[in-house]
Amino acid sequence: MNRIVQPVGPAESLEALATSRRSFLIAAAGAGLMFSFAGGVGEAQAATGYAPTIWYSIDPQGVVTVNVIRCELGQHVGTAIARIVAEELEADWSKVRFDHVDSDPKWGLMVTGGSWSVWQSFPLMSQAGAAGRIALIDEGARLMGVPAASCSARGSVVSGGGKSISYGEIVAKGELKRSFTPEELGKLPIKPASERRLIGKPAAARDIPAKTNGTAVYGLDAVVDGMVYARPKLPPTRNDSSVVSIDDSAAKAVPGYLRAIALEDPSATVPGWVMVYGTSFVAANRAADLVKVTWKSGPSATVSEADIQAHAAALIADPKAGSLVVADKGVDAAFASAKKKLEATYTTSTALHFQMEPINALAFEKDGVFEIHTGNQWQSLVLPWLAKALGRPEDKIVMRSYLLGGGFGRRLNGDYAVGAALASKAIGGKPVKMVCTRPDDCRFDSPRSPSVQVVKMAFGDGGKVLAMDHAASAGWPTEVMAPFFMPKGENGVAYDPFAINGANHWYNVGAQRVRAVSNDLANKTFRPGWLRSVGPGWTNFAVESFMDEAAHSVGKDPVAFRLALLDASGRNSGVADGPSAMGGAKRQHAVVARLAEVSGWGKPLPANTGLGMATTFGQERDMPTWTACAARVHVDPATGKVKVEKLTLVMDAGTIVSPDGARAQVEGSALWGMSLALFEGTEFKDGQVKDTNLGAYTPLRMADVPEIEIVFVDSAEVPVGLGEPATTVVGPAIANAIFAACGARVRDLPIRPKAVLAAMKTKV
Amino acid sequence: MATFQLNGRSVTPKSPDDAPLLWVIRDEIGLKGTKFGCGVAQCGACTVHIDGKATRSCVTPLAAAAGKSVTTIEALDPKGAHPLQAAWIELQVPQCGYCQSGQIMQAASLLKTTPNPTDAQIDAAMNGNLCRCMAYVRIKKAIKLAATRMQGARA
Repeated sequence: MNRIVQPVGPAESLEALATSRRSFLIAAAGAGLMFSFAGGVGEAQAATGYAPTIWYSIDPQGVVTVNVIRCELGQHVGTAIARIVAEELEADWSKVRFDHVDSDPKWGLMVTGGSWSVWQSFPLMSQAGAAGRIALIDEGARLMGVPAASCSARGSVVSGGGKSISYGEIVAKGELKRSFTPEELGKLPIKPASERRLIGKPAAARDIPAKTNGTAVYGLDAVVDGMVYARPKLPPTRNDSSVVSIDDSAAKAVPGYLRAIALEDPSATVPGWVMVYGTSFVAANRAADLVKVTWKSGPSATVSEADIQAHAAALIADPKAGSLVVADKGVDAAFASAKKKLEATYTTSTALHFQMEPINALAFEKDGVFEIHTGNQWQSLVLPWLAKALGRPEDKIVMRSYLLGGGFGRRLNGDYAVGAALASKAIGGKPVKMVCTRPDDCRFDSPRSPSVQVVKMAFGDGGKVLAMDHAASAGWPTEVMAPFFMPKGENGVAYDPFAINGANHWYNVGAQRVRAVSNDLANKTFRPGWLRSVGPGWTNFAVESFMDEAAHSVGKDPVAFRLALLDASGRNSGVADGPSAMGGAKRQHAVVARLAEVSGWGKPLPANTGLGMATTFGQERDMPTWTACAARVHVDPATGKVKVEKLTLVMDAGTIVSPDGARAQVEGSALWGMSLALFEGTEFKDGQVKDTNLGAYTPLRMADVPEIEIVFVDSAEVPVGLGEPATTVVGPAIANAIFAACGARVRDLPIRPKAVLAAMKTKV
Repeated sequence: MATFQLNGRSVTPKSPDDAPLLWVIRDEIGLKGTKFGCGVAQCGACTVHIDGKATRSCVTPLAAAAGKSVTTIEALDPKGAHPLQAAWIELQVPQCGYCQSGQIMQAASLLKTTPNPTDAQIDAAMNGNLCRCMAYVRIKKAIKLAATRMQGARA
């Protein structure tokens, strides 16, 4: 995710900082490198260890402990970041540990999402490691009485002049006092790829063994002495409901029931919540079913999915609505004089996070500090909400970190932590463990908004592409939860990058317009969420389905059509998008061409079987993960049922820090794409999501898994994200494969058999 | 009051007889390896063995465990080194890991009755266990690896 910086000041300065991702790195570096040698020197240092930066310390036994500010939600991020530090520190990997730290202002921005973790951490953690190595070599040389220039470090040992000394000994005996200014640190060279000993080499993820034997501790497992349990009763609308009365007479029969309290929330994060307390979760849960609450509903109590989508379509129809994210001159003129035009509308349904661990949190006040124990992806976002809700400064609140039983963006929004904190505050700060049931979790989800997109293309002679116009409307998570992170479009209107990224693709299409329109009805009805792969998760369905339609409409092969547009000229050369975008659309061209070879593009297939492809640059233009996917599907002509037989992915993600971990992320994210394409979708009905548990909401299961082939392009470029890009290509690849198999064009996600059958009947 | 064997030791929890076994195990007894996912026996995160058979503890009332032998992930193997657990580590199966206790308990039950399962048998046995990270490719591979090793050990 881009354009996110630590909210450190007034809105104006945030906006200034938020102009680019690179400024984030500078801001992060500024926060991280106010750097000192913790514990000072000499005795104190020997006792406490040596911390060359806030990012890690080395104890007198030589154990390196890396402070990981990212949360663990399945990506094994601690292992990846610790290895980046260890690489430049020249540390012995067996002596490296890591902690997922609690919230503290000294860490700067704490967020885990957007496939950013490795990308953002790589330069900073590499240079932090290098700084420690240099300081240890200097001090080791002094202790050994040899010139530092003759020394080198390897495996946590400094050697030179025929002598050697371990890092632990240097920390125990030395006087480490070298400091680096941020400027000096930023200039420290990082090893060339050929010198790497850890990065890119196989490594077992350190978090995995505990996840096989029941000892891994998730938020739901957090306990503290004397805690009571609670389950919320959720109001009829996400926003603007208020409690009129509570009748708990029936609940009193439940053994262990304690009480029911309407929460008062000055932050308006959990409006209308009634917390039901019990001595056990079973008691709180059963009592909650029996407590009767009368609410005054908010105005969205009657809103349906169809209302939200009709509103989106109406917004798009107004050419003045929204923010112009790309606004070339000449778009309208090109359409006016076009030889041929194509227009298509794409829609996607509401989709749930459905992370396996339902939202929960343990909260209590201790020694004047409010502690929230929970798994969370964006501590920096929720802390101000907690401060407002609890009426206390942020420095009197701490978020304790736990493993996440799935995130997928749900826990970027820490609203559930506010509910738990208020539940504790309401009973005098006593410990309360709030647990939501699965239906509670679904109803209180921040789902991926339904969306409508209208895409148009203008063609000249010989099918030459002259112009493209893409308008998209959906609920905007960033507008609702973090408006200070919204950049301004060309027309001065702010937009949510996570609800339009992907539409600003790397194809040269002549005059281009991309327009993002916030669906205010969606924003009022629910709290739109960032869901794995965010904007590109649905914008790319439109872009890549449309590219397929466009190719067919001018009689060109879909691969050849794309390759011709990925010419890396003009703004798509990569020059304007920063160091991670080196090579620009050339690299996307390369993955598409490679995909065609690997997937057997153009070869004959059995009846009712088709191969479709799609490509993407991933999440953001300045962090491109060049990705191409082919889906081979079989369509049952009688039922419209789609069976995905094989997914082939080719990816250029720059340097791969952890090859097996990268593969795991792509396997999972590709199947996410397939699940969202074929199996997952719900709808709003009377202001609430209709499907609130399995059975009704049906993510992909093992029997649905196709053969998967993944190819990584060898690269020494900057490492970029891998947790999401594959999610964005599988849906359009499947839709295009369905067209190839049976001529049915489907433009709505998820793709249900009924829609395929209907499209088969209307095929051109 | 129901008395049963839990991981080889006799327990008589105080929870009501109709309390779901899941919450008794987690919150009264304090074994947190068994997870809560859906509460309606559709995700498999809460899978334990009752008399050796994979069972969804979220819909099993405490009374139904009376006189039986219940095994949780913590006691599948005394050292956490069941061939499935070893295969899970070797093939780096877990991502978030939340469902994996249930996956492993389900797979262990499968391998007991079907030591050399086909792909279709694995799908059929494991389809009730949701992995939201969708680590299915590796789960299946690890089951096969463990099955092969267990066969080898028997031979």
